[in-house]
Amino acid sequence: MTPRRQRMALIAAVVAGVAVSVALALVAFRENVLLFFSPTEVVAGEAPTERGFRLGGMVAEGSVSREEGSLTVEFVVTDFANSIPVSYTGLLPDLFGEGQGVVARGQLNTDGSFDAEEVLAKHDENYMPPEVAEALERAHPEGSP
Amino acid sequence: MSRWRWFHLLASPPYVYRLAERLAPWIGAASVLALAAGTYGGLVLAPPDYLQGEGFRIIYVHVPSAYIGLMAYVVMASAAACGFIWRIKLAHAVAACTAPVGASFTFLALFTGAVWGKPMWGTYWQWGDARLVSELVLLFLYLGFMLLRSSFDERDKGDRVAAILAAVGVVNVPIIHYSVEWWSTLHQGATMMRLDGPSITLEMLIPLLIMIGAFTLCFAWLILRRLQAEILDRERRTRWVEQLVTGGAS
Repeated sequence: MTPRRQRMALIAAVVAGVAVSVALALVAFRENVLLFFSPTEVVAGEAPTERGFRLGGMVAEGSVSREEGSLTVEFVVTDFANSIPVSYTGLLPDLFGEGQGVVARGQLNTDGSFDAEEVLAKHDENYMPPEVAEALERAHPEGSP
Repeated sequence: MSRWRWFHLLASPPYVYRLAERLAPWIGAASVLALAAGTYGGLVLAPPDYLQGEGFRIIYVHVPSAYIGLMAYVVMASAAACGFIWRIKLAHAVAACTAPVGASFTFLALFTGAVWGKPMWGTYWQWGDARLVSELVLLFLYLGFMLLRSSFDERDKGDRVAAILAAVGVVNVPIIHYSVEWWSTLHQGATMMRLDGPSITLEMLIPLLIMIGAFTLCFAWLILRRLQAEILDRERRTRWVEQLVTGGAS
């Protein structure tokens, strides 16, 4: 083996070794790398319900109700297979709305409802001008594609 | 053997210095023109987004910066690995002058993301989001490479040791790119690099593509100019640099 080959092998071996160990670590700690759990995963018991976790999904159409004279909001987070009712007291981000994605951090109650301490809006990867959005809305009035 | 002659020329500091001197003004001028066109297209011609309003326009800085941050890392790591394996000093010089540029664009991507995140998501930063944290790791890899390289008294040694760190850090590049697919994240999925085509209107996409081209030209210009300075510094005791500086009067 020439010195040049040795250096090539050294670099390849170090990179491969680190890649394999990082991949193993990420697979082993997959649950910790996920930012949120979907309602279906929560219903299936995959979320760490003994401690706080984040619930992510779509705010169901027509589910948002605000309590008169307070900042408390109740809504349903859905992934179109399962739904979880959420209650939250506080300020909501501008993009929050029915049919929009949210990530809520909080605790699951024994009755299956979710108390959120923080609600973030999750923007999707679609960008379009208002006219296009209106045209899409007319074509699919249900809101979901 | 003419194939190898070309290869040897690209490893010759005086040749590359003069090549950069010829190319840099053209690339710099093209970059300024493309930046102006992309800025006008992004700020004036593109329509506001249906949901984010005018706030979406930060995409015209955020996405090109993030792309350059990743691309620069691949350039830096490839150059460092070439320098390590074939002992090419010029390759180490390329890696050394790419690192601060890549770090700056990565910082710009993180900063614009945070500025956008506060009004849209409701938070500047989310620990636990795989895309955000892996991008921060990219910034630390750049800083680690720069620190490690400069912590040796002998430049050759610093180049060689830091090259291993740069090569290892390549593992992070696919993690950043696929983080939004592999895990649930607050950061949205890919808009442009999708199997079913970009999920962005054409009139918004065209300025974005121009901006990505402009940032790439700007990156190339920065690297050429920084490489020239790096070559002069590394070769400062050679005859050709002496002649260059004194105008050949020695």
